[in-house]
Amino acid sequence: MAVKIFIATDRLDSVLEKLSTKIDLWIPALLKDDKSGPTGFVPYEPGKAVAFDRQTTMSLKKVLLPQVETLLRFEYRKEPEGAINSTLAVEDRREARPTLVFGARPCDVRALTTLDRVFSNGPYVDPYYTERRKNTLFATLVCRQTDAKCFCSSVGGGPADMEGSHLRIVRTDDGYIVEALTKEAQSLLDNLGDAPDASREKQAAEIVEEVSRRRVGDLDTEGSAEAFRKRFEQTDYWVQMVSQCLSCGVCTYVCPTCYCFSITDEAENLKGERLRSWDSCMFYHYTLEASGHNPRPTKLERYRNRVGHKFSYIPERYEGLLGCCGCGRCIRSCPVSIDIRQVVGHLKENTNE
Amino acid sequence: MNNNPYLPELATIQEIITETGNIRTLRITLNDKDRMERFTFRPGQVGQISVFGTGESTFVINSPPTRKDYLQFSVMKAGEVTSRIHQLNAGDQVGLRAPLGNGFGFDEMKGHDILFVGGGIGMAPLRTLLLYMIDNRADYGDITVIYGARSPKDMCYTYEFEEWRAGGVNLILTVDAEFPGWKERVGFVPTVLSEVAPSPNNRIAVVCGPPIMIKFVLFGLTELGFEDQQIITTLEKRMKCGIGICGRCNAGSKYVCLDGPVFSYDQIRAMGGEL
Repeated sequence: MAVKIFIATDRLDSVLEKLSTKIDLWIPALLKDDKSGPTGFVPYEPGKAVAFDRQTTMSLKKVLLPQVETLLRFEYRKEPEGAINSTLAVEDRREARPTLVFGARPCDVRALTTLDRVFSNGPYVDPYYTERRKNTLFATLVCRQTDAKCFCSSVGGGPADMEGSHLRIVRTDDGYIVEALTKEAQSLLDNLGDAPDASREKQAAEIVEEVSRRRVGDLDTEGSAEAFRKRFEQTDYWVQMVSQCLSCGVCTYVCPTCYCFSITDEAENLKGERLRSWDSCMFYHYTLEASGHNPRPTKLERYRNRVGHKFSYIPERYEGLLGCCGCGRCIRSCPVSIDIRQVVGHLKENTNE
Repeated sequence: MNNNPYLPELATIQEIITETGNIRTLRITLNDKDRMERFTFRPGQVGQISVFGTGESTFVINSPPTRKDYLQFSVMKAGEVTSRIHQLNAGDQVGLRAPLGNGFGFDEMKGHDILFVGGGIGMAPLRTLLLYMIDNRADYGDITVIYGARSPKDMCYTYEFEEWRAGGVNLILTVDAEFPGWKERVGFVPTVLSEVAPSPNNRIAVVCGPPIMIKFVLFGLTELGFEDQQIITTLEKRMKCGIGICGRCNAGSKYVCLDGPVFSYDQIRAMGGEL
């Protein structure tokens, strides 16, 4: 079984096409016909160009947690006689096919440690996420396109971090070296290409070594959970940090660790589906109760909750785990330039003021 | 429960009781008879009732685990799902995910005097524990209940009051204003609480009602000398999954659906203000 192959740049599409016959394949690609437009992960189609030049606008969470998915299907059947007015059938059929995400970034894969803890490690196990997760492999790029918004090294990751990945992709001058990091990934590389020659292998090793040494971001998250608790009731702090927030929710939409969801029923006549969809704690309706009471009535409480969830509540609940992977997408996408690094970074400053 | 925590069990409404103008009580049984027989829960645990096509909402199981002919839920008409539930009839099918949440620490309360303070629909979560205690009466000391509602018409479980009294409960009823034919107390619950002034010695107070009532009752209990850890209440939040995953019902790092809905006052103080 192949452990490492070289793919020349101009052969990438034919290799991906071959790979897509072995496994359901997702790649980063343009989401619109616009070279500077948003990118995200999409199911591979022959001829579809891989967007490897920058981090995708959208994270890969939708591969494991689709934006909308069916949890249950139900149907009532009217019973004209007897004590029971209708019978009800409910089914939760689901399918998780073997899947490979080709071209993930280390930050996106690290984000899954948060999702895994929430969805798969109890006390209740979410079978939809968990089954998909077990069937999904990640071929991850050694990331050389970090920018000023990235801070993966501040939250436990790094641009060459391969934790949770099954294959490593190193982009060299004239192609890609793809290396299987786990046994299950090896057979995927069979018949896809030849082993790299010595000079290319040397170049790849140098790249990995150089990128591994990079420290991306300088946010200090040590003690942020406690600092957050101290800041919790300091309204002035939150006003100062987030008064410009528009409650648009884009930060939660692009975030690879934002997983909060809603459950709604869609039905016509006697038949329908129970759906799960992404939701956002930035929205007023998220916590609005039927009585009219809302425990987080303004954007200050809502933004505070987002920061708290990632840097205080998740660490408290889950043995110090952070709810942030440092991808920087919320910073890049925010229309009013709110920078979570500043909000978290300043938590510890002059807390006694 | 089955291995998919989102999949409700099918259940049938056996009986519906109209409690007040906007509160109805459902008595339901699981369609799977074996499951119904084996079904166990702690007083204070909740269930998610599904009306498929409309949605799912969380309600406390207000019958006690000592009485298993049916599972009882009281539903106040407030939003979409509760309005739909109010249209249902005996014989209708619903889904149920239960038991969920933590429940009351009824074992730790053994040997103590108990004070229940309930307002309106807030009597529902207290009822399960109250009946459990009546069914295990020797395990508990004095049981005093202060139950208030806007008017006698807004009071739930009125048809059971004699049974509660016969079960050794000191039941004190109050309504907000004079009402023709009303012979019990008149006054807001916190006022009646200070008049009755139960001793905090060796006593646990269990409080549930509208937020404004809870606020003043907590204040009143503290005045009477109750310590924070002697005061137990149940919280409500908008919920979806009910199993601590969807992220919606948090107060600080706690999920009301999973870690609650029952909390002591000292736990609530530690959660921060988003209640």
